[in-house]
Amino acid sequence: MRPTSPAAPVLELAGLTRSFGSLRVSDAVSLDVRPGEIHALIGPNGAGKTTLIHQISGLLRPDAGRVVLGGEDVTALPPHARARRGLARTFQITSVIPDASALDNVVMALRPAAGAIFRFRPDPAEDRRLAAEAAEFLELVGLGARTTIPAASLSHGERRGLELAMALAPQPRVLLLDEPMAGTGREESLRLVATLAGLKGRCAMLLVEHDMHAVFSLADRVSVLVGGRIVASGAPDHVRNDLQVRAAYLGDEAALC
Amino acid sequence: MTGPSRQSPSRAVAIAVPLLIFAALALLPLAAGFGPKSYILSLGARVMIFAIAAISLDLILGYGGMVSFGHAAFLGIGGYAAGMLIDGGRGDMLIALPVAMLASAIFAAATGYVSIRTKGVAFIMITLAFAQMIYFFANTLSAYGGSDGMTLYARSTLAGMPLLKGETAFYYVVLALLLAAFLACRSLVASPFGRALSAIRQNPARMAAMGYDVDRIRLVAYTLSGTLCGVAGFLLANQAEFVSPSYMAWQRSGELIAMVVLGGMGTLHGALLGAVAFLALEEILADLTPYWRLVFGPLLILVVLAGRGGLVGLLDRRRG
Ligand SMILES: Nc1ncnc2c1ncn2[C@@H]1O[C@H](COP(=O)(O)OP(=O)(O)O)[C@@H](O)[C@H]1O
Ligand SMILES: [Mg+2]
Repeated sequence: MRPTSPAAPVLELAGLTRSFGSLRVSDAVSLDVRPGEIHALIGPNGAGKTTLIHQISGLLRPDAGRVVLGGEDVTALPPHARARRGLARTFQITSVIPDASALDNVVMALRPAAGAIFRFRPDPAEDRRLAAEAAEFLELVGLGARTTIPAASLSHGERRGLELAMALAPQPRVLLLDEPMAGTGREESLRLVATLAGLKGRCAMLLVEHDMHAVFSLADRVSVLVGGRIVASGAPDHVRNDLQVRAAYLGDEAALC
Repeated sequence: MTGPSRQSPSRAVAIAVPLLIFAALALLPLAAGFGPKSYILSLGARVMIFAIAAISLDLILGYGGMVSFGHAAFLGIGGYAAGMLIDGGRGDMLIALPVAMLASAIFAAATGYVSIRTKGVAFIMITLAFAQMIYFFANTLSAYGGSDGMTLYARSTLAGMPLLKGETAFYYVVLALLLAAFLACRSLVASPFGRALSAIRQNPARMAAMGYDVDRIRLVAYTLSGTLCGVAGFLLANQAEFVSPSYMAWQRSGELIAMVVLGGMGTLHGALLGAVAFLALEEILADLTPYWRLVFGPLLILVVLAGRGGLVGLLDRRRG
């Protein structure tokens, strides 16, 4: 059953293909993310999920295919230009600015959208305004009391939260999350699921995640990537049944994650 | 680019070190009266000129993580701009200094555009290569003395007045420029641009993913740095009343790196202290023994190993 008029997707991948040597890591991957939707991407280790995220964010160029963001073909654009068009991401391996405080990390994330990069003198008034804004996002991820701590001194889980705050702060149209729960404690991952659930509808997300509880409680749609190919895609229940059927016939190989 | 990492600078050291150095520099001409005055003043001016160059290098090396092994090129460009303009009768500082800066900026922007795209060792080699190119080019300038260099028949004037002529006046002009350069760089590194530059050194992929044009920010920093070093070159030629291709020799570039590393990278006052310490040591050791370089090299390595943050790092740690 299709919705009668699905909103135009904010992110569309059309036939993305990428090889490393003879290894085809993305094999004509097509999928889309609609406004406000959480689209989960699951698949075993080495399936090519991270490589796909890199191609969407611009860190890697595809050999073929297109990335369309808000109706605009951004395949040829560098990462920063895609970010300026409303794309944000987190990395599978936590990626923050180690020397900067938690607050400064988020302020840094706010500057490009504020058009405040090529400023050659300190501007205390603007700093205060951005700091207040940044503090709200730290609060949101539970780091409200840790704003002055250098990112390098935060715990692993806190750094993951910080990175999420940095991705959310510029209020992106599309957010790419590469295994946000990986390596976080039980409590932190529950908080993360709650945070993402609270953001649902505000910003579209492509969520790569191994935690099935998180995936099936958050996702509107799920796509399954195996060996660089999308092997199943659709509503969570549909995909879950599909996977169970495959597991029954094919054995554990298809019982993913 | 995996740049050298910066020690978190202690506030007290960051204030005390430059304050003491500038106070000592301001008072030096008074004390010089009790010794060989013109020797002390000209050594002092030289130290300050190299401090300007070292600070400019620290911007890209310490903050930007770009190990330029060709920074002496800008000393030469600034120096030749001064020499050529004085030779052509347009040596007034109000004209010659902006021209020296502009020439440096153009060379920095053009060579930076290419080199900024490389990382690590490739960046070191490509900046060295560009500096060598202009070094050999200067050797071919037969109208300006070729490899022998050129002697300036006079120093630059300042708004028509021979202000740079006397050693004391020249000294204070250099001091004023050093202070201005130091304060401007302090403000720059605390600005949104400076913070972005430092963050890019630490994590370029993260910064790009947030919307920062990493290459452009690096290029602007590289160009600003080269421009400032051109000022040092302009002053150096005026101080020595001479300029030659040796200004741009790779050894000179290496010395500039050594000053920054010796003092402590990514703090600015470290570069300031490093330039003072480097030239003072050189002067003292050269006086003691003709084999001073044999002592100097290991000494440098020792300081760098003992305190990863250079001299400034040692001061930091002594405080606890
Ligand atoms: N830069 C690279 N060079 C060569 N092979 C790579 C590179 N990056 C990833 N791969 C390979 O591509 C495959 C997919 O990797 P990745 O996208 O990280 O998978 P996933 O995120 O789904 O675990 C793996 O086999 C990996 O070894
Ligand atoms: Mg991965």
